[in-house]
Amino acid sequence: MTPMTEPSLSAAPAIPAYRDMQRVTLPRVMRSEWTKLRSLPSTLWLLVATVILVAGGGLLAALLQLSALPRGHAAIAAFNPAGLSLTGVGLAELTAGALGVLLVSGEYATGQIKLTFTAVPRRLPVLWGKAVAIVLSVLAVSLASTLTAFFVTQAILAPHHLSTTLGDPGVARAVFGSALLLTGVALLGLAIGALLRSTAGAICTLFGLLYGLTIVAGFLPGHVSAEIRKYLPENAGSDIGAVHPNAATLTPWTGFGLFCVYTAVVLGLAAWLLRRRDA
Amino acid sequence: MIEVRGLTKRYGDKLAVDGLTFTVRPGVVTGFLGPNGAGKSTTMRMILGLDAPTSGAATVNGRPYREYRDPLREAGALLEARSAHPGRSAYHHLLSVAQTSGIRRSRVDEVIDAVGLREAARRRAGRFSLGMGQRLAIATALLGDPRTVILDEPLNGLDTEGIRWVRSLLRSLAAEGRTVFVSSHLMNEMSVTAEHVIVIGRGRLIADTSTADFIARASRSTVRVRATDPGALAAVLRGPDVTVSPGPDGELTITGLSTDQVGTAARAAGITVLELVTQQASLEEAFTAMTRDAVEYRAPATESAATEGAQR
Repeated sequence: MTPMTEPSLSAAPAIPAYRDMQRVTLPRVMRSEWTKLRSLPSTLWLLVATVILVAGGGLLAALLQLSALPRGHAAIAAFNPAGLSLTGVGLAELTAGALGVLLVSGEYATGQIKLTFTAVPRRLPVLWGKAVAIVLSVLAVSLASTLTAFFVTQAILAPHHLSTTLGDPGVARAVFGSALLLTGVALLGLAIGALLRSTAGAICTLFGLLYGLTIVAGFLPGHVSAEIRKYLPENAGSDIGAVHPNAATLTPWTGFGLFCVYTAVVLGLAAWLLRRRDA
Repeated sequence: MIEVRGLTKRYGDKLAVDGLTFTVRPGVVTGFLGPNGAGKSTTMRMILGLDAPTSGAATVNGRPYREYRDPLREAGALLEARSAHPGRSAYHHLLSVAQTSGIRRSRVDEVIDAVGLREAARRRAGRFSLGMGQRLAIATALLGDPRTVILDEPLNGLDTEGIRWVRSLLRSLAAEGRTVFVSSHLMNEMSVTAEHVIVIGRGRLIADTSTADFIARASRSTVRVRATDPGALAAVLRGPDVTVSPGPDGELTITGLSTDQVGTAARAAGITVLELVTQQASLEEAFTAMTRDAVEYRAPATESAATEGAQR
């Protein structure tokens, strides 16, 4: 792309005075971070991709199911229409997590972080502002997309008398919980991004924590592996999205609570270092 | 007002900034000079609280910058030509900075107009030329109507018109009573922009003086002489405030004496002068020589440290 032509400059620059009160406050930094998030095409695309993966994943799974409908009492009893509608959530963890990473690592990559910390010398409000911006935007987008995925999928399954409702046991928790999980993954991405400050390093670490640990745990002997896996971030976090919790996992809220503790620890470490490291 | 006291920054075993002490006063443009790698950017980052000094301290308008609740009122900074995220529009870039301090949207439009970017404000900063990026960075620095302005190499990448514009901007900012601290690695550039200069080399202070005085000191003319007995002549000429350095073909380069003094001294010693000329060093050359001296001054220490390392 060629650069634009230079607009000409007036010979005598005049910068008008600005006498209004100025003060850095946490709500103001939150607004600033919200402006940053919504004004970058890359972050908007990751939000759109999250919607497409969740809603599209559910739709695709439902359509594929139509060619292999469960037959017989046992198969129908085991059929999990709510779980089917949330098929895309696992994939959307990638985009939600990447969004969290980029929101902070992008500032280090472009050098903007120096300007940001010049405007907010106490630094911590920047991290909290980013956290609030990412939680609100990802939660809104995830809720809209898990609900869309759920209702579209049930509409497809309804003619075959295989659909479920939000009122059935575990269904509402799985649908809303999946949105919470995506939000948590985005926040974990933000925390790792703030900790490592490099996009590539943070994305590798995030996915290493989420998926790599599970794979490594798989190499261990069966019963040890199962016991350890329960407590790994991705396994614990996704318990909340399970309609029918099984004995091999933590209970849904315990699992998600553990995931939140992991996220809080990384975020706390990032906050501690943020004030101490050179920008 | 910027006050720097014993400011030191060590990276591993390398001293990037070595015990700097100086004061930048309001009302004049102060140039911060030194070759690339002299420690100018590191010093500016420490003044703004971005990097923590190993020892020493810096204050802006009397307090450490990190303590301010209205930082954009106290200092406006340009640290990199391209500090805006390339994917974001100039307008949203400025708005996001303004919002941190509750600065009104109308002020964002005001600074956009002042730097002549109204037409380009909605386009992505990544598509800006270097000159436009510099102007966006200057607009960002001026958002809060700051009492102190800290600009790192603001003339880089600007065309002649842009350089003139920034110069007159810096002078008018200083005339309004602000503290204006501007770094550059080019002496000529600063000699016409700054009234006062702080010169560093290898992280150490070389000069802190008026630009006029620095130029007079730096561009001291030298006398080149060729004579029948250069060794004897050198012995005759040497004295306090006089340096004599021998060159090829028995040539001598002398500072601290005029051609008249050299010629008279040669005749008195019975030495025949074959050639006698005054050489006026350009300001840039003198500056380079001066900062190179600072480098050489520190070289033996670095070498012996390296040797010690090798022996271990």
